[in-house]
Amino acid sequence: MVILIVAVILLILLDLGLGSVRIPITEVAKILTGSAVENEAWQAIVLKIRLPRTITAVLAGAALSVGGLQMQTLFRNPLAGPSVLGITAGASLGVAAVMLAAGSATTAFTIRSLGLGGSWLIVIAASIGAALVLLAILAISYRIRDNVVMLIVGIMVANITIAIVSIWQYFSNPEQIQEYILWTFGSLGGVTTSQLQVLGLIVGFGVIMTFALSKTLNVLLLGEDYAQSMGLNIRKSRIAIIGVTSILAGAITGFCGPIGFVGIAVPHLTRSLLNTSDHKVLIPSCVLVGAILMLVCDIISQVPGSNTVLPVNAITAMIGSPIVIWIIVKRRNLKSSF
Amino acid sequence: MGNGKTILRAIDLAVGYKEKEVLSGLNLVLNEGELTCLLGPNGSGKSTLIRSITGIQKPLSGKVLIQERSLSEITPKEMAKTLSLVLTDRVTPGNLTVFALVSLGRFPYTSWMGSLNGKDKELIQWALEVTGTLHFADRHVGELSDGEKQKVMIARALVQDTDIIILDEPTAHLDSPNRIEIFHLLKELTQKTNKTILISTHEIDMAIENCDSMWLVMPGKHIETGIPEELVLNGSLESAFGSEELTFDYLKGRFGKSDEHTNLSLEIAGDPILTKWTRQALERSQVSNNEEIKIEITGGRDAPLWHISGTDKTFNSLSQLINYLKQNDEN
Repeated sequence: MVILIVAVILLILLDLGLGSVRIPITEVAKILTGSAVENEAWQAIVLKIRLPRTITAVLAGAALSVGGLQMQTLFRNPLAGPSVLGITAGASLGVAAVMLAAGSATTAFTIRSLGLGGSWLIVIAASIGAALVLLAILAISYRIRDNVVMLIVGIMVANITIAIVSIWQYFSNPEQIQEYILWTFGSLGGVTTSQLQVLGLIVGFGVIMTFALSKTLNVLLLGEDYAQSMGLNIRKSRIAIIGVTSILAGAITGFCGPIGFVGIAVPHLTRSLLNTSDHKVLIPSCVLVGAILMLVCDIISQVPGSNTVLPVNAITAMIGSPIVIWIIVKRRNLKSSF
Repeated sequence: MGNGKTILRAIDLAVGYKEKEVLSGLNLVLNEGELTCLLGPNGSGKSTLIRSITGIQKPLSGKVLIQERSLSEITPKEMAKTLSLVLTDRVTPGNLTVFALVSLGRFPYTSWMGSLNGKDKELIQWALEVTGTLHFADRHVGELSDGEKQKVMIARALVQDTDIIILDEPTAHLDSPNRIEIFHLLKELTQKTNKTILISTHEIDMAIENCDSMWLVMPGKHIETGIPEELVLNGSLESAFGSEELTFDYLKGRFGKSDEHTNLSLEIAGDPILTKWTRQALERSQVSNNEEIKIEITGGRDAPLWHISGTDKTFNSLSQLINYLKQNDEN
């Protein structure tokens, strides 16, 4: 645990130091602690540009990992992640609705003038889309006893949502599609300082709520039937878990775009590192490991020393997939590892 | 044996699903401190009945009383402190230690964080001891054999500290020695702790041998109850499981093929154990010689010799004896 915390701090400093302009870590530390710095440009770069992006990376990693952990435990399925219930797809639908349906040139212009990545409009559209899918899922979940059925319903709802977006794309013109596709690449750099406060509050709330659910999550490890026989109210717990995960995943997708693989890979990685299934340990550890993985992805996506920035979603998949493969190969029986 | 006090009672209960009634007209009791077996063929509705008396599924009609309170009045929380379950499903949380899994049984009692106090820990320690799982308490559940896992699940049920424990086919995927061990463990628990235990099973001999009373699922959707020997003697057991091809051998206390009775007339003398197994082998291989076969077994169990009386034939193994008798029969 201590090692993980140290790693997070080191990576934060590294992430702040690396980029198109290289700033020595000692200077970064000085800037952060508020001591006098000679280079004012560096100070501006670190505090105004890189710090919000780094904090966003930490929040995104933490939120998606904790969300993925909850889904894997609730559905007792190693491939579940925060996007499995269609929350991410819902957010995409909201964004698509704004970007693609805004057929008239004026609306498109308004969006562009508001700034694409950090636009509140996009954030709100994504949140509404995620919330609508969430409501549909919760309404269905109230009528279903079996979590396996619930998982399949979630995946199907996600598919329907993605299909709607596809149809929408089919009837849109190329420039609109390009903007939408840019959004789906994911970006950690678009979150402004004021938005960061909102995002921070939401993620903090979500993680604390998840921790409060750790006893419930632990008993769910035995499966629903046992959990119920020990007095757990399955429906209420499921709604709480799905609700918290949706808030976490919806917020990150709204602010950063759909970021894949972190939510699936980090819980496995954490369980494998700590060799435990106890959620009281796993939740804080997932926050740290998620932050570490996301910071590493962010550093790589900046391509240190160059002016290029790669889409972060591609980097998480490129790093996340080998991790999942490695864990599956290492623990022959994935099913019994969690 | 218990004190005969009734702890669970089903009155005119009918269970099943909207489209299909599975069992009906059930009047059942569980007595405190007794081991009761719910015995019936596969697919006879044992699990449906268990789901109905534990409140997971609503009965079609009739009612269930636990400690004289109707099932519908008992909240899930209270239920969790009265009745614990062990299910057939294999458990998969391989990354939990045995101790952590067993302590999950304290779920209905612990605070929202699930931390254990001194009393909780004492109870867990005791449950690990009586189920013989203490020596691997630190191991991960994924490393255990199926038999060990089932004992751990029983320990978890004990930790839940309920008067009633219900086990749905707890021995379904265990090998014979483990089955016997689990049945003995449960029997011992009723005697030592005065807990009331109900096991559903399709294992006739284990049930007859171990349980204090029996709920026997009969053809025609109803259940006969009584002590096992009563149900054997009044023919209920045979009509529950028997068929034209399968009859109950009342002397051996087990089911067998109806046409098993051959004309074979055997007279075997010698060590009683050797005699028993020789008879079984000859009956099975159907060395049906119409003549009477007389066999003398000498030499003791270490080096037995089979001698066919009235001949000069002696064999030092059962298979040789059977081969000879078969050839003799053909000629």
